[in-house]
Amino acid sequence: MPDSVLSVRDLRVGFATRHGTLVAVDGVSFDIAPGEVLGVVGESGAGKSLTGAAVIGLIEAPGRITSGEVWLAGRRIDTLGAEAMRKVRGRRIGMVFQDPLTSLNPLYRIGDQIVETIRAHANVSEDTARERAIALLQEAGIQGARARIDSYPHEFSGGMRQRVVLALALCAEPDLLIADEPTTALDVSIQAQIIALLKRLCRERGTAVMLITHDMGVIAETADRVAVMYAGRIVEIGPVREVLRNPRHPYTKGLMGAIPTIAARTGRLVQIPGAMPRLAAIPTGCAFHPRCSQAFDRCYSERPERMPAGAAEAACWLFAEPTRVHA
Amino acid sequence: MLAFTIRRLFEALVVMLTVALLAFVLFRYVGDPVSQMVGQDTSLEDRTRLRLELGLDDPVYIQFARFVGNAVRFDFGISYQVKQPVTRLIAERMPATIELALAAALFAVALGIPMGVYTGIHRDSWLSKLFLTVSLIGISLPTFLIGILLIYIFAVWLNVLPSFGRGDTIPIGFWRTGLLTASGLKALVLPAITLGLFQMTLVTRLVRSEMLEVLRTDYIKFARARGLPERAINFGHALRNTLVPVITVIGLQLGSIIAFAIITETVFQWPGMGLMFIQAVQHADIPVMAAYLLLVAFLFVLINFIVDLIYVRIDPRIRILRRGA
Repeated sequence: MPDSVLSVRDLRVGFATRHGTLVAVDGVSFDIAPGEVLGVVGESGAGKSLTGAAVIGLIEAPGRITSGEVWLAGRRIDTLGAEAMRKVRGRRIGMVFQDPLTSLNPLYRIGDQIVETIRAHANVSEDTARERAIALLQEAGIQGARARIDSYPHEFSGGMRQRVVLALALCAEPDLLIADEPTTALDVSIQAQIIALLKRLCRERGTAVMLITHDMGVIAETADRVAVMYAGRIVEIGPVREVLRNPRHPYTKGLMGAIPTIAARTGRLVQIPGAMPRLAAIPTGCAFHPRCSQAFDRCYSERPERMPAGAAEAACWLFAEPTRVHA
Repeated sequence: MLAFTIRRLFEALVVMLTVALLAFVLFRYVGDPVSQMVGQDTSLEDRTRLRLELGLDDPVYIQFARFVGNAVRFDFGISYQVKQPVTRLIAERMPATIELALAAALFAVALGIPMGVYTGIHRDSWLSKLFLTVSLIGISLPTFLIGILLIYIFAVWLNVLPSFGRGDTIPIGFWRTGLLTASGLKALVLPAITLGLFQMTLVTRLVRSEMLEVLRTDYIKFARARGLPERAINFGHALRNTLVPVITVIGLQLGSIIAFAIITETVFQWPGMGLMFIQAVQHADIPVMAAYLLLVAFLFVLINFIVDLIYVRIDPRIRILRRGA
């Protein structure tokens, strides 16, 4: 996809340990079109956050990208030097983290943190940056932004702080926003507001979003397409309606089945038996086969690549055409 | 803020009175003050007269009140040993100790903080390992040994710095300073390093561990994600967040530097309060010891008070707590 904002190709992230390299993200490929919202879901440890960190170049040692490519608007960025990558961060790719309470430096006024970020990326005066910051806070739903810009983070509630964090992440007008569980730490009543805000701000700016979450409701509400991750791989990716209504991969089916609905309040919740494997013990073949009710011979020995499954793509042998030849 | 200040002042007063009680007990009950002051052949009548003159027959609480009253007016009596007012002795000796302590603290902070930041950021570089090895030496070697080693290297072997004394001093009011003469400054170098080395290693290790802690926090990750320059992240965001514990320790250590300059002053024959105290101990010169005790306590209280005020400047969250308190 030449016109995509972000294009990730066969990305692998590994951790060098004494017992060899653990592969935490294993051959992940996806694209995000301008203005598109891609939801990334999966259990904890599936490699969602690590994929986000790899895109923005913030994987912490001893983790590193071992292979693959990351392209941002036609430019390869995973090979950039530290200073060039710094200019990409904030300016081209913004990022929001899970916990708004700890994302802001407690010792600086929020205005100073926004002005600092704007001026790190644009050659503007302090006053201009400050005016921009006020406008942005206003837009992010901070009432009386002009008066509150000189407040410290602890003077805001959690929801308000996440609004400030969003304003900060978007203040240098990036093309792509990576939102890593942006609402998980918030009250349910606030979550919807923050998601609505995120949607609005990004739509107005044409900012593409990579929305990492384990909340299917948020995905259904927000995303255009969704990628389901399991044990470091994307097992299913496709238009959000298609994947949610008509999941193909057995794992995605299990995930959907595990969502409680008020309409169907019938006894126990459905659960997927077993747990996601540890990185050191990823099964051969399809990593999901020990938990899969539909697994057959091929799943134990051969790892499935993504293949068309309805309007989506799934990495599952159930969708292999008998005549198809695999490399 | 005012309520906070008043409360802290009150606490300080309680601490000072407690120390004053200790000093008073020391003064009054360790040996007999009268027999310390007079010679062997003084008659019994003379002793009794002196006892009455000094008010040593009054009830204890009156004696204590008198002791405190005198101390407030900086009157600590006469030194048994040199027969001079203790206050004058201290006024002569204090500038030397304060200048030494400040130089040592400056040395410790000016080197310790950058080394701590560096070793915190570049955890695995060879320079960090060198710093940490050196700091281990600084922590494990006793002060007197460091002093003697420095004397051996710089005074005996290289012959570039004096091995003892304070050099020439210039009076500014009652304060005799050695900071304005070349020989005074040269004389300050070795004792200041000796006294400050341990503190420097302490500051280095503290700043390092605090930096490691802070660099893991979300707001540092977020600062990176916003594309701020490394410099701004390390010094603006990370270092400032390490400062509250670092300043606490530096404050307490400054008190210890002053209080425990004794060893360094002895090694370098530095004419400060520590040397005075050692001599007072040797001669059981109780008034000097009592005054020294009070003075050191006062300095600790003062430094802690200042540290508290600095906290408020650094961390806005403390302002809220204080306002609420």
